[in-house]
Amino acid sequence: MSALLEITDLTVAFGRRPPALRGVDLVVEDGQRLGLIGESGSGKTVTALAVMGLLPDTARVRGSIRLGGRELVGLRDKEMARLRGDLVSMIFQEPMTALDPTMRAGRQVAEAFRLHRGADAGRAREAVLAMLTAVGFTDAARLADSYPHQLSGGQRQRVMTAMALINSPRLVLCDEPTTALDVTVQATVLRVLDEVLDAEGAACLFISHDLAVVSQLCSDVAVMLEGAVVERGSAQQVFDAPAHAYTAGLVATSRLDLVVPGSRLPTVADHVGRARSRGPR
Amino acid sequence: MKRLELMIGGALVGLVVAMALVSFVWTPFDPTAVLSAPPLQRPGWPHVLGTDGMGIDIASRLLVGARSALYVGVIAVGVAALVGVPLGLLTAQLPRAAAEVVLRATDIMYAFPALLLAILFASALGGSTETAMAAIGIASVPAFLRVTRAGAVTVLASDFVLAARSCGTSRPAITVRHVLPNVAPLIGVQASVSFALAILAEAALSYLGLGTPPTTPSWGRMLLDAQTFLFSDPLQAWWPGVAIAVAVLGFNLVGDGLRDFLDPRLAEVA
Repeated sequence: MSALLEITDLTVAFGRRPPALRGVDLVVEDGQRLGLIGESGSGKTVTALAVMGLLPDTARVRGSIRLGGRELVGLRDKEMARLRGDLVSMIFQEPMTALDPTMRAGRQVAEAFRLHRGADAGRAREAVLAMLTAVGFTDAARLADSYPHQLSGGQRQRVMTAMALINSPRLVLCDEPTTALDVTVQATVLRVLDEVLDAEGAACLFISHDLAVVSQLCSDVAVMLEGAVVERGSAQQVFDAPAHAYTAGLVATSRLDLVVPGSRLPTVADHVGRARSRGPR
Repeated sequence: MKRLELMIGGALVGLVVAMALVSFVWTPFDPTAVLSAPPLQRPGWPHVLGTDGMGIDIASRLLVGARSALYVGVIAVGVAALVGVPLGLLTAQLPRAAAEVVLRATDIMYAFPALLLAILFASALGGSTETAMAAIGIASVPAFLRVTRAGAVTVLASDFVLAARSCGTSRPAITVRHVLPNVAPLIGVQASVSFALAILAEAALSYLGLGTPPTTPSWGRMLLDAQTFLFSDPLQAWWPGVAIAVAVLGFNLVGDGLRDFLDPRLAEVA
């Protein structure tokens, strides 16, 4: 396998604040599913946005992001836009706000398709309906003609998935796509995501702080802490024998079934004696 | 309650529009024929609202006057929206320094009274319906620009714009396909309120003799003509006054009603 996404020493800073990313190194192989875990503010989303070239103009980016052998840092937005949605796409956390309320769901998926395939409306509609069926909608036509407010959170997230995958990208960035959903819907969306990723053979960078979700979907895991990747390896290896104290803390806090009833619940701080230099977030 | 406001406003606006439409096909008498009837008649038959100082049927003049008011309103608001909305969309995406320049420039325009601008135009170019419309339109540009910009800034920061960009949609396409439809309701509200102001401004300009020429019936002109008889025959001023009030009130109610209708959070507070 060759490296599809290769992030080397990526540093991102906003204004005068301490950098959000401090030398991130990350590799995603072709077809690989890498889970990126870490607490809020550890730089997971910033990493994803940096790959998409969607960081705000105020961000200062140093280092290298190579996607399919092409350097993305310093690429002009116009050229980056050509890759977005085609070679690499993204699924966002908030399904309730990530769809345009004034546009029918089908048209939003079609927009992504026509942009890169230049197809006429008829062919685009066919592709959209096929994709909506692939993400588990049995009545794709009715769904395509619905406005976002007529859809549930799970349905919207599947529409987002269709938008992200309609051009068969080689890499899909999922930014906590199930965090805003309740558990049963989460399972459906994850199953759908698993299926379409398999069908398209796309690689995936799956951002989450939910270790259970990550272990379900990803073969490999990278752990982020305060803007840097502190540990990476196969999911089994990382979860069973964490090398970094912080990872050990994360794993311990997620295995509440191992806690003796009546005893104190474990915290990450039990494992990491780090000084909380940052204020509360 | 807010729905009632919208309905009353809609009815008043509908009345004015109906008056204008009817005037195209039918008026009781010729609204420009001077001394075709005895002047200063009281309301009665066949002159329902009486005749004015030149013996012209007041009802006919009122009907055709609605046409002038709406015409000026449509063109002035159209000009203001066509200039203000694209500028608003643009400044929402400019770097802050460049946006500031445009915004401060519109602040200066905003501070300049519409009526004064119209008087300036009229004295330089001669008073006419066109100069009145241009002046009112230009004076309304800042309102449209600010409303559009404020809405666009919010929409541009939303997740669905980020999602659209992540699909590769270019900034111009996002502006047209995602931002504009989402700020359209705001623009509609502003258009309604600006329409009321435009009608008022047109009446004021015509009253001052700087707007619609005397040969074309307009409500402001009717007020001017009625001024001479204000103490001997106050009804003369009453009719165009009521017409202006109805139109302005109607468009304002529609604007307020629309705003509350579209923003449920405001309705709860009020």
